[in-house]
Amino acid sequence: MSLLEIKNLHVEVEDKKILNGLNLTIEKGQVAAIMGPNGSGKSTLSYVLAGKDAYNITEGDILLDGESILELAPDERAAKGVFLAFQYPVEVPGVATMTFLRTALNAQRKLRGEGEYSTPDFIKLVRETSAKLGVSQEHLRRAVNVGFSGGEKKRNEILQMAILQPRLAILDETDSGLDIDALKTVSEGVNRLRSPERSMIVITHYQRLLNYIVPDVVHVMSKGRVVKSGGKELALELEAKGYAQYTDEAA
Amino acid sequence: MPAVQETVDRVRQIDVDQYKYGFVTDVESEKAPIGLSEDTVRYISAKKNEPAWMLEWRLEAFKRWLTMREPTWARVDYPKIDYQNAYYYSAPKKKPELSSLDEVDPQILETYKKLGIPLREQEMLAGVVRKDADGNVLAERRVAVDAVFDSVSVATTFKEELKRAGVIFMPMSEAIQEHPELVRKYLGSVVPTTDNFFATLNSAVFSDGSFVYVPPGVRCPMELSTYFRINEANTGQFERTLIIADKGAYVSYLEGCTAPMRDENQLHAAVVELVTHDDAEIKYSTVQNWYPGDADGKGGIFNFVTKRGDCRGKNSKISWTQVETGSAITWKYPSCILRGDGSRGEFYSIAISNGMQQVDSGTKMIHLGKNTTSRIISKGISAGKSNNTYRGLVTAHRKATGARNFTNCDSLLIGDQCGAHTVPYIEAKNSSAVFEHEASTSKISEDMLFYCRQRGMSAEEATALVVNGFVKDVLQQLPMEFAVEAQKLISISLEGSVG
Repeated sequence: MSLLEIKNLHVEVEDKKILNGLNLTIEKGQVAAIMGPNGSGKSTLSYVLAGKDAYNITEGDILLDGESILELAPDERAAKGVFLAFQYPVEVPGVATMTFLRTALNAQRKLRGEGEYSTPDFIKLVRETSAKLGVSQEHLRRAVNVGFSGGEKKRNEILQMAILQPRLAILDETDSGLDIDALKTVSEGVNRLRSPERSMIVITHYQRLLNYIVPDVVHVMSKGRVVKSGGKELALELEAKGYAQYTDEAA
Repeated sequence: MPAVQETVDRVRQIDVDQYKYGFVTDVESEKAPIGLSEDTVRYISAKKNEPAWMLEWRLEAFKRWLTMREPTWARVDYPKIDYQNAYYYSAPKKKPELSSLDEVDPQILETYKKLGIPLREQEMLAGVVRKDADGNVLAERRVAVDAVFDSVSVATTFKEELKRAGVIFMPMSEAIQEHPELVRKYLGSVVPTTDNFFATLNSAVFSDGSFVYVPPGVRCPMELSTYFRINEANTGQFERTLIIADKGAYVSYLEGCTAPMRDENQLHAAVVELVTHDDAEIKYSTVQNWYPGDADGKGGIFNFVTKRGDCRGKNSKISWTQVETGSAITWKYPSCILRGDGSRGEFYSIAISNGMQQVDSGTKMIHLGKNTTSRIISKGISAGKSNNTYRGLVTAHRKATGARNFTNCDSLLIGDQCGAHTVPYIEAKNSSAVFEHEASTSKISEDMLFYCRQRGMSAEEATALVVNGFVKDVLQQLPMEFAVEAQKLISISLEGSVG
């Protein structure tokens, strides 16, 4: 069974149609890139998958392990292993990153009926994980994303992903706002998390990120649907020719 | 932060209408006749067996009060209070003299037990001599408690041990008998009987409260705490607290308050006076959890409190920390008069309003001495249909050269039907004063909640986390055991605020 199946998904925001009969299947362990021009509905797709309010699903379904998740709250989806690395990670003043991680992890474990981590076990887990990602102890004490640089924010998203160990990770324009060094570090972090047990949806405008996170498949979105799918070479083709042909095709 | 989890569990259990402390204790009580007149004042004074000077003091205040008008400048709205339709004194019926805790009405002790207030000395002492694996005595933090039930103090613990250190900690009514020279010297010296409508009323009819005197050079060996409980219906509670730290002394004092749920409003008008002499320090912490009324705004305590500290000596320090979660109306401005050169005042506040609560609270920092400093950190959280106002005054006298103040005033809104207001008054009458004021208003945004929920937290868990982050700077100022309690209280107070 595929991990994720999106069937004929229609989504409106404030009466404006954003997704228009989108079909997409993600296999277990697959890394799928989703590319497309601005306004093609890529970010909307990531929010709808994560269960954000204000998106009105008028038709279609989203199946995780063959079961619809449309009725599930964001935290319930998270507990089922859906993780969204935000394009613009939110600041949470006064809440230490360590505290945030622990609250999130234990909340998910509780929803899954698993026991909470003990303090020493949790600290050990965070120390080991952050060391692998090059995240300092000082960073863990700082309030979540407050005063973080663009690179630090994105690295913090990857750290959360590494701690929460999702089965489906959606990376929404993780490359935006990163210089080349930060891009490399973040990509290394993502690659380390590639596993047959984990699928990833990598949303990006540019082919550049895909040099570092090499996808198994590439899907092109335009006007709220997937208009072309192919191997990783499709990304290079897009880089050379642009999106124009697809925007016309969809019209 | 495991407390976050604990708070969330409590939030789930407790509804806004199910105020945890809302039970009534069935004890026989002795009340003054209803209403307020010179006779009421005489009745209270006579009940307390007070000396003539005390009665005179009260009567003078009462005469003054008759000429005063209730203030209306605060941003609170409440029905007119009928001062003639309340009881001004209520005491649990008891033997004339209490010589030990065993003589306290077991019903009252049971009440305090329910509230989690460890009153019984033996239990407390049993905790003190706990030993570790190697047989070493563990140094535990102990808290001496004075419990005020309606109008009288029912029990004070650790009296003997405090006495050995030279610290006087007793009900005000006893202090008037046993230490009249100290009471006469300091009572009304910070908040004069003429100060304001509610303070003057308190001066006339106050019934009990705590008295603390820490002699020169003594660091009080334990936290002191008073627990106030209003039990009787239609009874006002007018406690009077006076704390004096003599030269080089230090004391930390905690105050907690609860009341049963009643349909009608109950009046609480306390006065707290603090005095620090040279190099002395008083740390005064409050966790105020009076009954806030139900979700429709019915019932609840009207809390009109005057709290003021006088840094009388040089290099002395007064620090107020308050966590305000209860009361239907809160009208409260713990202040510092920075009289001594080099003295310091601090005000750390978390004021939370939910349902129909109205809070008008803040502080006054009055810089009179040279090189005086003050710091104000105020965190207001409004939810439901409540209104939350910070009102503060920072002023430097002409001679207060080198005065410095830093103020940080943040408001957090939860939902879209509440209000947050900030009214800072800043006056510098000399050119060397440096006053800084920072203020912000923010909302727990949908984006912030979604971010937390995407990571697996429920709406309540996410709100608790964000709010705990917001108030962190102030919680850190509370004594440890209080901080945990306060954190729980905050989440309970915000129950029902997320949709």
